[in-house]
Amino acid sequence: MRQDSFLKDKLLPISTVVILLIAIWYVATVFLNAPFERDTAARAGTEIAFSDLLKNTMAQERPVLPAPHQVIAEIWDTTANKAITSKRSLVYHAWITLSATLFGFGIGAALGILLAVGIVHNRAMDRSLMPWVIASQTIPILAIAPMIIVVLNAIGIAGLLPKALISTYLSFFPVVVGMVKGLRSPETIQLDLMHTYNASPAQTFWKLRWPSSMPYLFTSLKVAVAISLVGAIVGELPTGAVAGLGARLLAGSYYGQTVQIWAALFMAAALAAVLVMIVGLAHSAVLKRMGARP
Amino acid sequence: MTSNPASVVSARNLGLTFETSDGPVNALTGVNLDVAKGDFVSFIGPSGCGKTTFLRVIADLEKPTAGSITVNGMTPEEARRHRAYGYVFQTAALYPWRTIEKNIALPLEIMGYSRDEQRARIERTLELVNLSGFGKKYPWQLSGGMQQRASIARALAFDADLLLMDEPFGALDEIVRDHLNEQLLKLWARTDKTICFVTHSIPEAVYLSTRIVVMSPRPGRVTDVIESTLPKERPLGIRETPEFLEIAHRVREGLRAGHSYDE
Repeated sequence: MRQDSFLKDKLLPISTVVILLIAIWYVATVFLNAPFERDTAARAGTEIAFSDLLKNTMAQERPVLPAPHQVIAEIWDTTANKAITSKRSLVYHAWITLSATLFGFGIGAALGILLAVGIVHNRAMDRSLMPWVIASQTIPILAIAPMIIVVLNAIGIAGLLPKALISTYLSFFPVVVGMVKGLRSPETIQLDLMHTYNASPAQTFWKLRWPSSMPYLFTSLKVAVAISLVGAIVGELPTGAVAGLGARLLAGSYYGQTVQIWAALFMAAALAAVLVMIVGLAHSAVLKRMGARP
Repeated sequence: MTSNPASVVSARNLGLTFETSDGPVNALTGVNLDVAKGDFVSFIGPSGCGKTTFLRVIADLEKPTAGSITVNGMTPEEARRHRAYGYVFQTAALYPWRTIEKNIALPLEIMGYSRDEQRARIERTLELVNLSGFGKKYPWQLSGGMQQRASIARALAFDADLLLMDEPFGALDEIVRDHLNEQLLKLWARTDKTICFVTHSIPEAVYLSTRIVVMSPRPGRVTDVIESTLPKERPLGIRETPEFLEIAHRVREGLRAGHSYDE
């Protein structure tokens, strides 16, 4: 088998796409922000030269679409130039969101695994629970998130937990579905073998079903951790925009701070990428320990 | 007529009917058979004759719907609870996340053997199937024949006097199969086990067995039981002798009598 070269097989295709996207973005910036510049010039009774138009569209304070370098400057300014305890620091807000994400993801993964174990081992649970699990995901999260926040607030629970629960609500689903499939993945012959040993259900679970389900578990955890982040951000929107990436997005849209919105968006995307990557690394580490073919 | 408790396996009028969506299917009807201790019994017949089903009934993987059967004088379920037999499937069915020695340790862990005992048994059974030194390998690092040997080692690791083998070498090429057949006979001689062996190869059945049970399909039944006159010591070359060919001929005749060559 040919060894993949990092430069040729990873860096080159990815950077080509990135450069292409940035180019398209710059062009779009000029087109989308130009009407504002022309209006301004028209009100002043002057004509604006194309070179000035080009320059101005990329330096507006509240552009329709900020230029990439504006977003990068904003990210740099709000991460490196601010103390991380400051409310103006993007790192501070990212941490708020991340803590809710991880908390919710933890509960969601545990809940998902427990439900899957129940569904696989109990016919009644399989019949009664699975339709509800699926139905739960047909309700738009944007509709149910404020309700969860309001209800929990009414009984005195505020702060991290309500946001985490919205993450849980989203993230348990892929784990249930993946783990039900994973725990049912052993072949008949492997289950027959356990039967001939007169193995107890617990032994069959720990020695056969659980290890068999590992690839399914990590695949669903990757999906779960990414939507956990979405859940946490959505959970921050109705809290009155106090802190977190969701709050930054909401505040940005109140005041037309598009640069701030885009900076928060990129931070969220980077966070999601890192989280998925960590789960991916854990996946390969576990499979390697389990003697998978390299 | 009742089952003979002295036999390792004793079946009387045994029948099994599967209820399928196309109506009932008679997998086994009126099977009478006794397997004595130390026997090497082969079950041969075309697909659908119930040979695998019969093995699965002995192993309590299927429940008979008629007649009676005892294993070591007990019901198959009691025998299974007493871990009376080791089962070797058509494929090795090794757990891919366990090394070969961990795969052999699987039944030992389940049955609660101590760590020292496990180690000793792993070493002994690996040596029995000529896999010493391969204990730390993962299944995918071994050839198909070696994997099947490892699965035989797994079935030998605990103290079951009965070995049930369901076409264990069916998926292997003939050269490997000959080699494994020879090894299996040596192993049988060394361990004093009773073996029930399902196959659809006439030379394999004749070469290995002390008794050959010929079966035929629709409905699955026993048509002939042939006692082998071959000596216990059997080099591969025995397959060229007139005695061997004579028994093979009888098996072939038995299969033909069951109309298994029709359609």
